[in-house]
Amino acid sequence: MSKKKYYSIKDSENRTAFRDGMRNGIPIGLGYLAVGFSLGIAAKNAGLTPGQNFLVSILCNASAGQYAGLTVIAIAGSYLAIALMTFIANARYMLMSCALSQRLDPGTAWWHRMLIAMGITDEIFAVTVSRPGFINPWCTYGALLIASPMWATGNAIGCFAGNIMPVRLVSALSVALFGMFLAVIIPPARKSRIIAALIVVSFAASYACAHLPVISSVSGGTRTIILTVAISTAAAILFPHAEASDSEQCGENADLEDALEGGVLEVAENEQ
Amino acid sequence: MSNNVYIYILIMFGVSYLIRVLPLTLIRKQIENRFVQSFLYYVPYVTLAVMTFPAIVEATQSPLAGALALVVGIVAAWFEASLFSVAAMCCAVVLVAELFLV
Repeated sequence: MSKKKYYSIKDSENRTAFRDGMRNGIPIGLGYLAVGFSLGIAAKNAGLTPGQNFLVSILCNASAGQYAGLTVIAIAGSYLAIALMTFIANARYMLMSCALSQRLDPGTAWWHRMLIAMGITDEIFAVTVSRPGFINPWCTYGALLIASPMWATGNAIGCFAGNIMPVRLVSALSVALFGMFLAVIIPPARKSRIIAALIVVSFAASYACAHLPVISSVSGGTRTIILTVAISTAAAILFPHAEASDSEQCGENADLEDALEGGVLEVAENEQ
Repeated sequence: MSNNVYIYILIMFGVSYLIRVLPLTLIRKQIENRFVQSFLYYVPYVTLAVMTFPAIVEATQSPLAGALALVVGIVAAWFEASLFSVAAMCCAVVLVAELFLV
């Protein structure tokens, strides 16, 4: 078996990775600051204080996941509902975590694994896997150290200033979050007709469920869970993984595919 | 019924972190089950799409401004504008459109 890897910060290689990570963290953090502001407004509407929203943000680091949670808090939903919503909205991080597990040196110490897990967000994941070879934990830490506080600060400011800002500006900023969601889902749709079709179906089903008699009385959060599980299950049955592993994906998913494939190769090498 | 907000926060943190840490610490080889693999692959797209529409239209003062932001966001993302610029463009569209609409 391979040697234990502790990645001491005393090694210059690890310090370089840390610096690279921090450099990557700046543009990511600026984006987080703006989007966090938008989410902060939603958090205020759900009844959170700026301090509480800062806490949520620094702990969760998840735009969609936090938004999903807020929809439950806003209607004083059950603890089970918030757990389910958080799980569904963050399910993609499970996939990324699986991918990262394939890219770590098998000897990577357990505390590094636990800390890297904090840095699994759409953007930091992309930065982490973009370096060739085994993942250097310090690259993730650098990006996380810069971007995460900016995310939490944006969230707190949005929550605080949301009500002293002109309604016009609040209205405009509240779509930033949805813009970010679009930036994650649309580029892969250009490469895969199945994903494009899934997005159209999801839009249509979501719209229908928001207006149809019986189901529109179910809360928005619960509808998201039902629709996500139903549509993804149907897609997984109709279009199994052959499509998912096509190399024609792009963006994060290309990184994800590379990460998975790279992992397989490295595992194969280790077994020889 | 009133729930404690800090318990909500603790649950959100617990679930978010466990999802991220368990595969990373436990899984040492690729998931083999094709259905689980495919399901996990499609989940992010579906859940983000469901949360985006019609919510984006309901978030703005004028639904038309929200709809315009949706269209502009899709076009910008289609041409692979960065995450930050897509978000910024959506905001700008709403700001300008509501000058005329509201």
